Amino acid sequence: MTPRQAFWRGYLDCAPFIVIVVPYSMLFGVVARDAGLDLLQTMSMTVLVIAGASQFTALALLQDQAPVFIALLAALAVNLRMAMYSAALVPHVGHARLGTRALMAYLMVDQAFAVAVRTYEDHPDMPQSTKVAYYFGCMMLICPVWYGFTLVGALVGQAIPASFSLDFAVPVCFIALTAPLLRSAPHVIAAFVAGGAALAFAWVPWSLGLIIAALMGVFAGGQSELYLTRRRERLGA
Amino acid sequence: MIDTAGFWTLTILLGIGTFLIRFSFLGLLGGRQLPDRVLLYLRYVGAAVFPALFMPLLVWPEATGGTPDPARLIAGLAAFAAGLRLGVIWAIVAGMGALYLMQFLFA
Repeated sequence: MTPRQAFWRGYLDCAPFIVIVVPYSMLFGVVARDAGLDLLQTMSMTVLVIAGASQFTALALLQDQAPVFIALLAALAVNLRMAMYSAALVPHVGHARLGTRALMAYLMVDQAFAVAVRTYEDHPDMPQSTKVAYYFGCMMLICPVWYGFTLVGALVGQAIPASFSLDFAVPVCFIALTAPLLRSAPHVIAAFVAGGAALAFAWVPWSLGLIIAALMGVFAGGQSELYLTRRRERLGA
Repeated sequence: MIDTAGFWTLTILLGIGTFLIRFSFLGLLGGRQLPDRVLLYLRYVGAAVFPALFMPLLVWPEATGGTPDPARLIAGLAAFAAGLRLGVIWAIVAGMGALYLMQFLFA
């Protein structure tokens, strides 16, 4: 696969998420205008941050007259998971030039991360330049749609009726991201431990329950793989 | 009303902070070869983070004031099953479709 082909493969592989990103970004545009932000403010936030969940968090806290510092910390805590994405991408695209890595960091969103890592693991022989091109293909689809439909939402400004249950699009999106990642027993264990722990630690303030749960899941997955490998070696020896 | 100065302070700092979180390991470690033990754990980041994100949203949806909603739980299962067997797009279709169907039937 040439880098050009990889770019378009990434683009197409991320296409299904358009059906989630379109209503979700429109919703942000609508909510932001309802909260009293003007068009420039709404778009600035979307372009500077490109992380939906943290934008909603920041907006809700500002509306509640929370101190700016508190709103900032709460929104950053929501994004802390992306440090884990950043680490997980190092073995695949870490070789790229600093400027390229900075651009990759700016564009890092959940859907594209999940799709890219799955493809890298399916094709361990993929050359590194191809991996970078694939990554940009994924991001190039999601990010312009995110900007564009935030703008549409902000301009139309029409609340999406509650009967569409758009809130449910978010968990459905993450379920759709999870299912193809469950390729082995350790992956399933990681998912169950993290999902259970997220419920058990939901009371922890600052969305840090999410980080605790994710770290527990990662640890459980890694330990299970180690255990299975050692058992195989023992049985083989 | 949201205060303008407060908004811009928040947005700019959130933009910078979010970028630094995303850049962190990718930026600082770069092409360095990571130890096998670290690579082992990193393989499970996706499989752990996404369930931790959706489980609380699925079990305690904000739309119902945080009380578990049977329609959403069943729709979540439908999305998961479709995702395992058929792929991403069908997971989304099955999840939203099952929720709309149940809301239509039991509304």
